[in-house]
Amino acid sequence: MRYRNTWENAVVGKMEKVAENVMEIQLIPEHGTAVFTVGSHIDISVLINDVPEVRSYSLVGQYEPNSPYTIAVKRLSESRGGSAYMWSLKEGSRLQISQPSNHFELSFNSSDYLLIAGGIGITPILGMAEQLIAKGNKNVRMLYLGSADYEMPYISRLQKMLGKQITLNFSNVNGSYNVSKVIDLCNEKTQIYLCGPIRLMNAVRKTWEEGPFENSNLRFETFGASGLFAPQDFLLKIPRFDLQIEVKKNKTMLQALEEAHVEVMYDCKKGECGLCQVDVLEYSGDIDHRDFFFSESEKGENNKLCACVSRVANGHIVIDTAYRRK
Amino acid sequence: MQSFTMNESFPMNAWYAAAWDVELKNDLLPRTICNKPLVLYRKKDGTPVVLEDACWHRLLPLSKGSLSGDTVVCGYHGLEYKSDGRCSYMPSQETINPSACVRSYPVIQKYRFIWVWMGNPALADEKLIPNMHWNDDPEWAGDGQMIKVHCNYRLVVDNLMDLTHETFVHSESIGDRNVAEAPFDVHYDEKTATVTRWMKGIQPPPFWKGQLNKVFKHNGDVDRWQIIKFEAPCTVNIDVGVAIAGTGAPEGNRSQGVNGYVLNTITPSTNQTCLYFWAFSRNYNLKDQSNTTELKNGVARIFAQDEEILEAQQKAINANPNREFYNLNIDAGAMWARRITDRIVAEENK
Repeated sequence: MRYRNTWENAVVGKMEKVAENVMEIQLIPEHGTAVFTVGSHIDISVLINDVPEVRSYSLVGQYEPNSPYTIAVKRLSESRGGSAYMWSLKEGSRLQISQPSNHFELSFNSSDYLLIAGGIGITPILGMAEQLIAKGNKNVRMLYLGSADYEMPYISRLQKMLGKQITLNFSNVNGSYNVSKVIDLCNEKTQIYLCGPIRLMNAVRKTWEEGPFENSNLRFETFGASGLFAPQDFLLKIPRFDLQIEVKKNKTMLQALEEAHVEVMYDCKKGECGLCQVDVLEYSGDIDHRDFFFSESEKGENNKLCACVSRVANGHIVIDTAYRRK
Repeated sequence: MQSFTMNESFPMNAWYAAAWDVELKNDLLPRTICNKPLVLYRKKDGTPVVLEDACWHRLLPLSKGSLSGDTVVCGYHGLEYKSDGRCSYMPSQETINPSACVRSYPVIQKYRFIWVWMGNPALADEKLIPNMHWNDDPEWAGDGQMIKVHCNYRLVVDNLMDLTHETFVHSESIGDRNVAEAPFDVHYDEKTATVTRWMKGIQPPPFWKGQLNKVFKHNGDVDRWQIIKFEAPCTVNIDVGVAIAGTGAPEGNRSQGVNGYVLNTITPSTNQTCLYFWAFSRNYNLKDQSNTTELKNGVARIFAQDEEILEAQQKAINANPNREFYNLNIDAGAMWARRITDRIVAEENK
């Protein structure tokens, strides 16, 4: 469900570091907190090089009347600039936020749930766990995966709530978690809610698609923010317009094209709808497909990419757009 | 200051009757509840399903589409949705957009109604369904209907909470001077309001005389009762009956009488329309099917009279936007019902 954003002023409340590089930020909207369901996010107007852009952040925990919205922001060295802006805020800073909306709704119609969070992907998952546990009659398990315990927020809160039902994996100690085990934890009733970096999401999706259970029982959310490679500058050529652009590491290909007045259709800007797809004519290095529109086999062909999120690492790319002059 | 008369609000965190159980088949049924268009159907195994009636893609009502087994197929571009609202097919692409779903609502079939929860699904608890067991109980027999009334649901609750109107709206069947003149007691708690009226040693009105005679062959005086119980936000179960005068009914011995329950639950559809579900159940003559039909038809005639009054009242409210109701002593039950509902709405929105 998609809703038009209505923007309102908000003031930053308490800011607290809840893990290495993770800042929990409370936001107090001018007209009071709106009721939201777990899995919801808000959009925030962030300033990147003084230019406003929109970033989405999941709300942490459940709605409570008169409590501020809580988000948690990971500072990413390879950020497009959103996290740096959020970290620059201070208590009392003012900013513009949208109403909450939910593209990652938890259904209560099953009896068996597996919640999978990778790193900062814990933010929408935490409230889900709280509500499912509060229901009392649900079998709930959680996998919380990360690189190191000190970088993963809310561990003790989750352990208290979930006891033996939570499995933690710290790749600096245990090595990376073997995702193919996920199927063994599930049955035909299990609903999976997944949020995390793209490598984890792709691995779980692949395992799930090859497994015996309903595809629609795996639900995930992404804001198109992560890829297989750290963002780098790369050279973009569009021979139809005789253009050559440098795409900076903190810009998307779509932004670079727009700034060069090359028109591309787009909508979601998070790699879901596929409207911003462009033809790949030639490339070097690796295409970092960060979208969820193309299938794995389509990505393997490297004939098209979603300009809103996907990038090139260690190379350059030559593309064509949909423009055809008669 | 919120207008009393124009207050059309309703809580979202409540179970609302969406359909009679027999209305729901393996077929798409559109219904608007709490201003939200919904599509209802039964899965092949009989489980009821309620989904938002707007395709995720271009908002066409899914009720304009079709059912293929348990899957809803949009009638525009063929997007498919499972019974939990997840999209399972999109045309011309190999993947499915991860956010593609329509909202699915908690739904339970109970007391012969299909109940839907419009608010926060985490709070949907079956125990909160209003008790209407008389509609589905071997000790009781009865049936009812649903009528779409063009007025705010609160006006129907007002109507049921004060049965003085029987004297004037339903004078040929259940209303007489005794109802308008007998004193009554009003009590309330956090979620309910009760109006109790006993009319002792009176001549029964034609309807009750007929019912009592089916069991007791008694033509003398009766003790008559009306115990109206409101349960927020919109259910009103009315315990009604007559017993041979002086046989102890007011003290609790109803063995020499006949008892019925007028079951009402009035679901807000839009601000100025409601889905009025009612039934009449009795505890006598249980195996007499014609009695069931006769009572259902009789109550339907009575409620058609109310419908006409309520729709005219809503038009009059709209035509007099700056006017507020005067309230009388007889409105105490309705006033408590409104206040209890207002508190619940305020609590929800605070």
